[in-house]
Amino acid sequence: MSTKLKEVDVVIVGMGWTGGILAKELSETGLSVLALERGDFKTTADDYSLPNIRDELRYTIRQELMQNASRDTLSARNNPSQEALPMRRLGSFLPGEGVGGSAIHWSGGTWRWTDMDFKIRSMYEDRYGKKFIPEDMTIQDWGITYAELEPYYDKFEKVAGVSGKAGNLNGKTQAGGNPFEGSRKNEYPLPPLKTILSAKIFEEVASNQGYHPFPRPSANASQAYTNPDGANFGACQYCGYCQRFGCESNAKGGPQMTVIPIAMKKPNFELRLNTWVTQINKDSNGKKVTGVTYTNLKTGEEFVQPAALVLMCAFAFNNVHLMMLSKIGTPYDPVTGKGLIGKNYAYDTGVGAELFFEDKHFNPFINAGGTNTVIDDFHANWNFDRSGPGFVGGYIVSAGHNTNLPIGYRPVPRGTPMWGSKWKEETAKWYQTAMSISTRSGVLPHRHNYYDLDPTYKNAFGQPLMRLTFDYHENELKMDTHGAGVINQMIKALNPTKFSNAVAAKRSWNTVPYQSTHSTGGTIMGTSPANSVVNKYQQSWDCPNLFILGASVFVHNSAYQPTGLVGALAYWTADAIKNKYLKNPDKLIS
Amino acid sequence: MIPADKLSPKGTDLGVHFYIDRALAGGWGKGDRLYQAGPWKKGLPTQGYQLPLTPANLYKVSIEQSNLICQKKYGNKFSKISAAQTEEFLLDLKDGKVTFTDGPPAQVFFSMLYQNVMEGMFSDPIYGGNKDKAAWKMIGFPGAVATHAQNVEKYFNKPYKAPIFGIGDLS
Repeated sequence: MSTKLKEVDVVIVGMGWTGGILAKELSETGLSVLALERGDFKTTADDYSLPNIRDELRYTIRQELMQNASRDTLSARNNPSQEALPMRRLGSFLPGEGVGGSAIHWSGGTWRWTDMDFKIRSMYEDRYGKKFIPEDMTIQDWGITYAELEPYYDKFEKVAGVSGKAGNLNGKTQAGGNPFEGSRKNEYPLPPLKTILSAKIFEEVASNQGYHPFPRPSANASQAYTNPDGANFGACQYCGYCQRFGCESNAKGGPQMTVIPIAMKKPNFELRLNTWVTQINKDSNGKKVTGVTYTNLKTGEEFVQPAALVLMCAFAFNNVHLMMLSKIGTPYDPVTGKGLIGKNYAYDTGVGAELFFEDKHFNPFINAGGTNTVIDDFHANWNFDRSGPGFVGGYIVSAGHNTNLPIGYRPVPRGTPMWGSKWKEETAKWYQTAMSISTRSGVLPHRHNYYDLDPTYKNAFGQPLMRLTFDYHENELKMDTHGAGVINQMIKALNPTKFSNAVAAKRSWNTVPYQSTHSTGGTIMGTSPANSVVNKYQQSWDCPNLFILGASVFVHNSAYQPTGLVGALAYWTADAIKNKYLKNPDKLIS
Repeated sequence: MIPADKLSPKGTDLGVHFYIDRALAGGWGKGDRLYQAGPWKKGLPTQGYQLPLTPANLYKVSIEQSNLICQKKYGNKFSKISAAQTEEFLLDLKDGKVTFTDGPPAQVFFSMLYQNVMEGMFSDPIYGGNKDKAAWKMIGFPGAVATHAQNVEKYFNKPYKAPIFGIGDLS
């Protein structure tokens, strides 16, 4: 038996960046806003403080801040002919749980995706012809433009405290920034982080080879900062415990120390912690949603929470899962290509090399999440001719150190024994004298990379797990091969004492080692209900009082990390709800 | 796996065995955060851990099986065999040359054991291993340092020389 509660104007499912931004923006309109968050509220003072936060075992290895797989996980397989099995421990990706979501433990990478992503199909077809795009690559234009998003990127960068160097200010190329980025109206709110040795070495070799290196833009405050909402940031301490950790100095931008505390000051906003949403409820004809059903995790009781407007702001694949469990929209079928919920799952790929220099001291424990130098010559650079290498998309190349702690990071040259005195000697010799160079590309969607519900395995609420079918295909191998060539040329120029070169190989996705938490797609954005789940305002085509926010609306993944776009789209949608939807609560695009 | 030499004391003098005993007795060893519902299938290597065993269970059955094999092959249980025999057995375990009767897969046990040895050696001493921060001293990892804000420039391409702290030193 569930208890029916009093209706609210807005219910928000999940309190990460997107939920936090919408909570702040909509609570300012005076509407009653209720946020439901499955985790708890950890604070800088109580939970991320010194010295306890400096604990690799607790946070990196035992994944204290992450989704708990014993309660809910995914099943996984590489292709439809295999039997999917549950990821009994999370590995490849690590969504955060609790207020702040994955923004508690991210590294802060914040990029502006460009029209090369939003107009991917039309730009590639125009330049390279229709046949250039593989038949099984289900890319399409997003229906949104960089120009529309520019002010919202700007807003998110200021709120999150992004450090960086502009490369294109009002159409003018700026020295030291990324010359291939979209035109910006403003500089980054904070100057770049300090350059550590490995990033410096990369910067030099990349420049010498004719590329255009720049510091990776990231939400690690390079100096003390107060954002436009009055939230205070401390300066980054280069502590070396960034990725997987909460930040004790409030230097890593996150919603838990910016937008959410502001929303919490409003009497019309309520945050209900330890609540697990199991379903979005629909009206009898399925044209509107009526609210959500959730379980209070402190008592096990079930509640029905009516709401006039529902915002799905959970982690990307949890949004998709909830859509499937709620039977909103038609599930994607890879055989017929019909149906949209679960379509276009995408992820990251890349290759890397390790370089060992007997005479250098990298001090790999002195760094921030964003102490990398990057080149974008093979991604946002449209002049880079893809006709030779034959791939769609591209990759960034970067080097630097980020959170290289000794349980997980002990580089040794290939062929070193795994234990014994020789292993100790090599470990001691190279821990501080190694650096890596790696590429990062977005996997482009493929008709056989998708989500659906698992037929066998269930979560703690008795609901089917989400099943992920995913593998790398030819396009990824081509990008990796090209990227390995670029890296190996750099190694030649750098002439390290020893190295493990970059090798691209046909491989299957492995669920075990951590790769990235950039899972995109499943409720994609587009130009019509025939090709997408949401319109460009992240509004459901099926139910206009349902919005789905975050990377699940991405039509494909890019070489850039997703959060800059996730944040910009959240502000863009908040604006559309405030200025358009609330005046006429209906389809924003008919 | 961790012999005494000029770089560090041996593994048991570092407390690696204390670390593993505690980890197995605690939440992690009992299956915390491990999805444990059946059915259980062998799966592919890309699908990760698929056994119906908690880490503590896996150790228990794998140690029993290892002792049986060592008894048969070397005439003694694992803890009583010679250093050379220990080395040979561990290499066989790693390389998949050991088969446990009725399972579990010996390499799955080895990979967990190896990971736990590394954790015991390199985690903060509050967990029972890495005694006197000896493993951190061996590689020059400074531990739970509050701030490196001034150290980016100060130690740029220079060896880092400063005291090493554990969480216990700062609490």
